[in-house]
Amino acid sequence: MSDVLSLAITVTLILYAVAMGIGMARLFRGPSAQDRVLAMDFIYVVGMLVMLVLAIRYDSEMYFEGALLMVLFGFVGSVAMAKFLLRGEVI
Amino acid sequence: MPSVMPPLSEILVAVLLLASGGVVLVAALGLWRLPDFFLRMHAPALASTLAAWIVTLASIVHFSARGASLALHVWLIIIVLSITAPITTIVLARAALFRRRQAGDPLPAPLRRQA
Repeated sequence: MSDVLSLAITVTLILYAVAMGIGMARLFRGPSAQDRVLAMDFIYVVGMLVMLVLAIRYDSEMYFEGALLMVLFGFVGSVAMAKFLLRGEVI
Repeated sequence: MPSVMPPLSEILVAVLLLASGGVVLVAALGLWRLPDFFLRMHAPALASTLAAWIVTLASIVHFSARGASLALHVWLIIIVLSITAPITTIVLARAALFRRRQAGDPLPAPLRRQA
């Protein structure tokens, strides 16, 4: 791996970390409950992107399964929380 | 050896990754700065569509150049994301509308056909 790529990966991970920090701020601040659910979903998506970048960083294909699982669990969690906000019950 | 060029695929991967970092940062800033919930819903869609597509493209380029064969299995993530992201958005928007109507807060104007 060349210096250019490893520097780019470092900068990208720092940008993702800043974005996740801003999402976390919205998660704690968010005036309503749906803002918190939205920030949670955003943090899940950025975490999935972090997994994909780490797959390139460590040159391993094992991270794809983790990223796929992260997408699926983020979806299930967000829909469950939104459904809970809708009626106060999940199913 | 300062003058050795890295392979072209690594430069391409680096540019794509930096672009995705910028897009995700714009999405986060939109999530923080926009004034209303229904406006804020638009911002994270950048991360789950454009940034995810760019990172997927970067990882396809990287693993294809490494293994000297086309590595397309990362598209599965894009397919799953493009199915699940609209469902999450619609369910969350309906929940937010319901909660605002219950609380008596001002709602966004209804869609109406142009006369």
